[in-house]
Amino acid sequence: MIWNEKMECMEADQMNQIQSARLKETVSYIYKSCPLYKKKLDAQGVAPGDIRGIEDISRLPFTSKDDLRDSYPFGLFSQPPKEIAEIHVSSGTTGNPTVVGYTKDDIRLWSEVMARAFACAGAMPKDMIQIAYGYGLFTGGLGAHYGALEMGLTIIPASSGQTKRQLKIMHDFKPRILACTPSYCLYMAEEAREMGLDPKKSSWEIGVFGAEPWSEPMRKEIEATWNILATDIYGLSEIIGPGVAQECTFKKGLHIFWDVFYPEVINQRTLKHAKDGETGELVITTLTKRGIPLLRYRTRDIVSISYERCRCGRSTPRISKIQGRTDDMIIVRGINVFPSQIEHVLLGIEGTKPHYQLVVDRKAGKLDELEVLVEVEQKIFSDEIKQLRMLEEKIAREIESVLGIFVKVKLVEPKTIERSEGKAKRVVDKRAG
Amino acid sequence: MKLVQISVFLENKKGRLFEVCSLLGKEKINIRALSVAESEEFGILRMVVDNPAKAVAVLKKKGFVANLTDIVAVEVEDNPGGLASVLAVFSKNDINVEYMYGFVEKFSQKAILVFRFDDADKAIRVLTRNKISIIGKKDIGNL
Repeated sequence: MIWNEKMECMEADQMNQIQSARLKETVSYIYKSCPLYKKKLDAQGVAPGDIRGIEDISRLPFTSKDDLRDSYPFGLFSQPPKEIAEIHVSSGTTGNPTVVGYTKDDIRLWSEVMARAFACAGAMPKDMIQIAYGYGLFTGGLGAHYGALEMGLTIIPASSGQTKRQLKIMHDFKPRILACTPSYCLYMAEEAREMGLDPKKSSWEIGVFGAEPWSEPMRKEIEATWNILATDIYGLSEIIGPGVAQECTFKKGLHIFWDVFYPEVINQRTLKHAKDGETGELVITTLTKRGIPLLRYRTRDIVSISYERCRCGRSTPRISKIQGRTDDMIIVRGINVFPSQIEHVLLGIEGTKPHYQLVVDRKAGKLDELEVLVEVEQKIFSDEIKQLRMLEEKIAREIESVLGIFVKVKLVEPKTIERSEGKAKRVVDKRAG
Repeated sequence: MKLVQISVFLENKKGRLFEVCSLLGKEKINIRALSVAESEEFGILRMVVDNPAKAVAVLKKKGFVANLTDIVAVEVEDNPGGLASVLAVFSKNDINVEYMYGFVEKFSQKAILVFRFDDADKAIRVLTRNKISIIGKKDIGNL
C-alpha cells in the first residue's frame, strides 16, 4: 500500500510548487527564529526574499555536522527548549555529541514519514512488528515506534540486545515485520542456530534494516538466511531519524520523501550538483520541520539519485543504497577506501560472511599498511594450512584488484572481531597520534 | 580402516591451545595424538581423540571452528627405518601424503603414525596389500 498517495505519487511540476512554497516559508522562519542561521544567511548575502522557489536552493549556505557540534547543545534550534517535545542525542566519536529537538508537530511528521516507510516496505495495518532498534537517545527505536503506532501496527518494543529473548519473542508471538540494523539481524542468525532454531523458519517476512550502510551481497545473505524480504531504510537524526527514505518491495533504490526532505546530490570537491545518476554527497533540506530545521545539510553519505518513476507507482526520487560515508572513508596511501568495497569482495568469495575489520597502521617512516581481519567460518575452514593460505591470498588478490593497493589478510577466530549489537565496527585507524 | 581426526582453527595467541585441551579434559575426552601446524598468524591443531563427535560438539559450542577429517593410523616397529619402510610403500604406489605426525605408544614397542592422504581409500588398499597394520576405532580407545 502507499500510505500518502497524494504526496508520494504527485507529478513533479505540482510537487515543485509545494516544495517552493515550503522552502520560502522555511527560510523566512529560520531567519526569524534562529540567530545563528540568520548570521549564516547574512554572511552568504541571502535574504529570505531572495528565495523565490526551490530552484533558488543552491543560493543557500550548506550546514555541516560541525555547525551542529559547534553550537552544542541548542544553538541551531529554531525553538527554545521549552517548546521542544523530545530531544535525541547521537554519540560522536570526537567532540560534542549531536543534539536534535522535535516539536510536537515534528513528532507528527516523523510518525507520518515512518508510516510511509513501513507501508513502502510492504507492511499492512494490523501487522505485528518487532522493533529491535535501540530505544532511548538513539532515534532508531522511537522513530520506528511512532511510525508503527501511526500505521496501526501491533508493536513489540523489544529494543536492541537480549538476543535470546528477541528470538523467543519472534518464535512465540510470530511478528511479520522486523526492524533492526542489518548487522544485528545477521548476528541474531548465529544465536538462533546456537539455540537450535532454524532462521529460515522465522515468522519475519519483511525486514526494515538501516542505521548503517550495507551492501547488496549482505542483503542476499540476510534474505537467504532468514527467508525474508530485506529492505533498506535511510535516515539520520539531524534530518529526523529513520524515515527519510525507504525501499519499496522492488528494491530498486530508496524513495526519498521529497515533499518534506528535499534532496540534492553534490560533487564533494566542487560542491556543485552532480549529474543525474552520478554519485556524490547527499544534501538534504528539511521543508516543514520546526524544532531544528536544517538548510542544505551535508549528510556525508555517498549516493546517486534517480528521478525516474518507480514501478511501484511512487513518483518520489530514489537514492541508491549508501555507497559509503565521506567520514567512513579511509585514505590509505592516497587511495580512498570504503569498508563497503571490502565487504563486497568478501561476500563474493564463497562462504565468507561479512565479519571483517580494516586495520590501518603506519609504522615510523613507513607507508600506510592496510590489514583486513576476516573471521574463519565453519564452511571455509580446512585442516590443511595451504588451503587457508590460498584463501587469504585469494581475498588479498581480489581486494587488491578493487582498490589497487596491497592489503594483508589475516584470518581470525570466529566472534573475535568486535561487534556491538548496534553498529559493526569496521575500521580501526591506528595512524592517529 | 579410516579414523577421524579433529582439526581446530587457532590464532597464534597465548593460551589458546591450553583452552582447547582443558575444555576437552573437563569433558573427559582423551587426546590420543596431537600435532600443531602453524603459519605466521594462525595454526591448525590436529588431534586424534577417543570421542571425536563429542569433542567437535564441545568445541563448536565454545565458539571454535572445528571439523572432522578422515585419517589413517598405522603401526610400525619403533626402531630406525620404521617410518621409512612405510613411506617406501607409499612412494612405490604413488600415494600422496598431505601431512603426517607420529607418536610412540607407551607399553608396546610400536610407533603410531597418523597420515592424511588425498585418497585414503587407495592408501588403505595399498597398506593392507603390504601387510602394514592399520589401527581401528576400537584400538584407539585402548591405546
